[in-house]
Amino acid sequence: MSANGIGASPARVGGIGRVTGSQLYVADIRLQDVLHVKLVTLDCARARIVSIDTSAAEQVPGVRLVMTAAELPQPVPRFGPQFSDRPVLAVGETKYHGEPVAAVAAETKDAAEEAARLVWVEYEELPAIFSIAAALDPASPLVQDPAIRPNDPLAGTNVLREHRFGWGDVDAVAASADLVVENTYTFPMVTHFAIEPHGFMAAPDGDGIAVWSTIQHPNWLQKIIATILGLPLAKVRVFAPDPGGGFGGKQHAKLEPLVAFMALETGRPCRLILTLDETFQAVRRSSTEVRVRAGFRSDGRLVFRDIEANYLVGAYADIADRTVSKGGYASSGPYRVPAVRIVARSILSHTTPSTAFRGFGNPQPIWAVESNMDEAARALGIDPLEIRLRNLARRGEAFNPSDTPADGDWEQTVRRAAELIGWGSPLPPGRGRGIAVGMKSGPTTGLSYSTVRLLVDGSVIVYAGTSDMGQGARTVFAQIAAQELGAPIEWITVVMGDTAVVPYDQQTSASRSTVLMGNAVLAACRDVQAKLRAMAARLHGVDEAQVVVQRGVVRLPGRDLPILDILKPGLGRLGGELIGNGEMRKDAEPDHPLGGSAAFYEFNCTAVEAEVDEGTGDITLLRHVTVSDVGKALNPLQARGQDEGAAIQGLGHTLMEHYIYDEKGRIRNLGAIDYRIPTSMDLPLELHSEIVENGDGPGPYGSKGMSEGSLLCVAPAVAAAVRDATGVVIRDLPLTPERVWRALQERPTP
Amino acid sequence: MTAMIPIQVTVNGRARALVVATHHTLLDVLRDDLGLTGTKECCLVGECGACTVMLDGRVVDSCLVLAVEADRAQVTTVEGLAHDGHLSPLQQAFLDKGAAQCGFCIPGQLMAAHALLAENPHPTIPEILEGLAGNLCRCAGYQQISEAVLAAAEAADR
Repeated sequence: MSANGIGASPARVGGIGRVTGSQLYVADIRLQDVLHVKLVTLDCARARIVSIDTSAAEQVPGVRLVMTAAELPQPVPRFGPQFSDRPVLAVGETKYHGEPVAAVAAETKDAAEEAARLVWVEYEELPAIFSIAAALDPASPLVQDPAIRPNDPLAGTNVLREHRFGWGDVDAVAASADLVVENTYTFPMVTHFAIEPHGFMAAPDGDGIAVWSTIQHPNWLQKIIATILGLPLAKVRVFAPDPGGGFGGKQHAKLEPLVAFMALETGRPCRLILTLDETFQAVRRSSTEVRVRAGFRSDGRLVFRDIEANYLVGAYADIADRTVSKGGYASSGPYRVPAVRIVARSILSHTTPSTAFRGFGNPQPIWAVESNMDEAARALGIDPLEIRLRNLARRGEAFNPSDTPADGDWEQTVRRAAELIGWGSPLPPGRGRGIAVGMKSGPTTGLSYSTVRLLVDGSVIVYAGTSDMGQGARTVFAQIAAQELGAPIEWITVVMGDTAVVPYDQQTSASRSTVLMGNAVLAACRDVQAKLRAMAARLHGVDEAQVVVQRGVVRLPGRDLPILDILKPGLGRLGGELIGNGEMRKDAEPDHPLGGSAAFYEFNCTAVEAEVDEGTGDITLLRHVTVSDVGKALNPLQARGQDEGAAIQGLGHTLMEHYIYDEKGRIRNLGAIDYRIPTSMDLPLELHSEIVENGDGPGPYGSKGMSEGSLLCVAPAVAAAVRDATGVVIRDLPLTPERVWRALQERPTP
Repeated sequence: MTAMIPIQVTVNGRARALVVATHHTLLDVLRDDLGLTGTKECCLVGECGACTVMLDGRVVDSCLVLAVEADRAQVTTVEGLAHDGHLSPLQQAFLDKGAAQCGFCIPGQLMAAHALLAENPHPTIPEILEGLAGNLCRCAGYQQISEAVLAAAEAADR
């Protein structure tokens, strides 16, 4: 291990900008001659737009454009990552509270805000649906016009997609179960609440357009903008400065197409920085009802799992349906289950479009299935740790017949978490413990390119299209280059976030970047090494096969030279550089239920010790242990930050976070005062994270992806501890004091 | 018409004369008039702490202070923490402990921590957690942030 290289924790690349305030996020970038944009929205979810009068708004000094759907190309373009269903501006009818019906561009923010208030929209409020039950009622209105879903047999319903997965014959084996446990568990609507609200800018750029966005997937945005504007990709330049937190909410295009049209219409740069409240109306996680029916033998071994997961997605699909299929598909967990039947539905509603959110559709069924397992353990008189160990897949076991076999020693992770929490040791009265496991499939497909330039002085520039939104990808890529090319980390620059400069990367999601882009960076470094080998062979008159390049050293027969001793003479009087290219591809598998098998699994075990205030229902977490199998931590300090952060973020949906909708479909707790996320005061009294490193991942040096694992099973672990402490079983999240208190009141007296 | 008022404010030791709109906040003026974008904008209701600055030695949410209220005041922002190109011990500790992840809340965290240490140079971890309770971090790096503040306090003793 070197001070800079793999397994070390050098200071974050980009860290100095973050602690001095010089890091430029989208909202910090000032474009010359910019116009400020403000959205016009209605005060209800669903309404028929009768007319829009922009005349008063246009009279406001400084206003340059009031854009309505009528000013857009007709029919109004629609876009989306999975379905092209989201219009640039609402067409005829709004579908959720906060959907823009018009937008104002003005010389100042004040003028834009004033004019937006003066856009007079006459509208007729229409009946709308905000729940799964209402959406599935045949008497309810359709959220989407069937015309935008041609050739879709479900277009006449509010079910966007119904996914069926499984193996074995549940009905045939059900009779052999000694115990069947069936319950329904609900998971709330929560929002990402990145501290950086979403922001978008666009400007005419020669014969093309430049777009700045808080986006996680700049190349995907480039494709959306190019398609919608009819431009070649090369004429759409996307700048994606490091996002100030993403968590999935910033994966896909939202308002960039609108701002792009406004920039082209005005011929000037346009800037739309959302407020936090507007960001709440832009992104959320799908709320979910999961019914689990599971059969067990008397020794605790699973016989079958029969799972129905209904996810309430929003008015437009965004990437929500993919979270439904991926989360539903993995819902039988990391266990050996002879027969599995899963149905997962994405159900449309007149609410904020839900999208990817750390855990990507998995935390919802994990909450249900892990809680169900605890209920079975109690009925069978088996310890919750023991029932999990009896069912857990062993390394190499094809626990899901159509997918990647178990790729880790998962039992080791579970046993370590149990050891750390002191599982089985006596507890004082009023305290309880809970343990749960979470597993998530990594990326199913992927394509990442990287270019690495070794400059004449030995310094290095790495190009990687990943977005560094806090996970520390820049640092990890720099460490890989330091390890392979011998440069100190201070001599390495990592360039990201500019589609005109940085090679293509599919996306930053699914904890993929260390593995997929990391392998591309590694391959590019190895390409540079190959050129160094050829250079050394030429300079020293040896066969190329006799030369080895390793960690900044060129090994020739009989002697080792620093890279620079080959590079400088090899490049000669004109100088120059060596350029390496790397590619990492994980191809689609058309016959796979998800279109591709898991590149790796994120596996976590969480164990907590809790105490409940019987008078208030308030839960105190005395200890919270989270153990993740990461393969190999390339940067242990950053890995710890990701694990602890995901664990605490998981406490949000477990204990406090949920949207509250009113009868008009407005989010009542919009903004930071009424929507609580964990603060420093909500930390468990003791939070301990550990990693398991067996070097068994597909990424560089045996790494796996690792940024979501410790969020996955926080809720079932905490609920199990509450049950252990108080005897009450709660099947609805979040476990607010009120909910816990009510459950305590209803507890049967012994 | 927007009413405009002249103010004089000293920001990070530099005296500035400005004419500001009466409804604009100190946050607006720092970011939009002075180009000091290190101070961040998030909730605008004084809950998230991203816009935390020091105003005459007090820690404030600059989104809740009208710019005119800062007339003749001393303001310190995150840009004022480093001196002569050297990071402050607090900034260095944030780097060393991995406390800055996405970084968006960090200027506010640093200013709140700066104020905390000015008032209580030897805080315990519970005192640090309480002192930073008004600064949200969605990366939830609270544990590493509090370790950084503790390390900075200890470094000041050496």
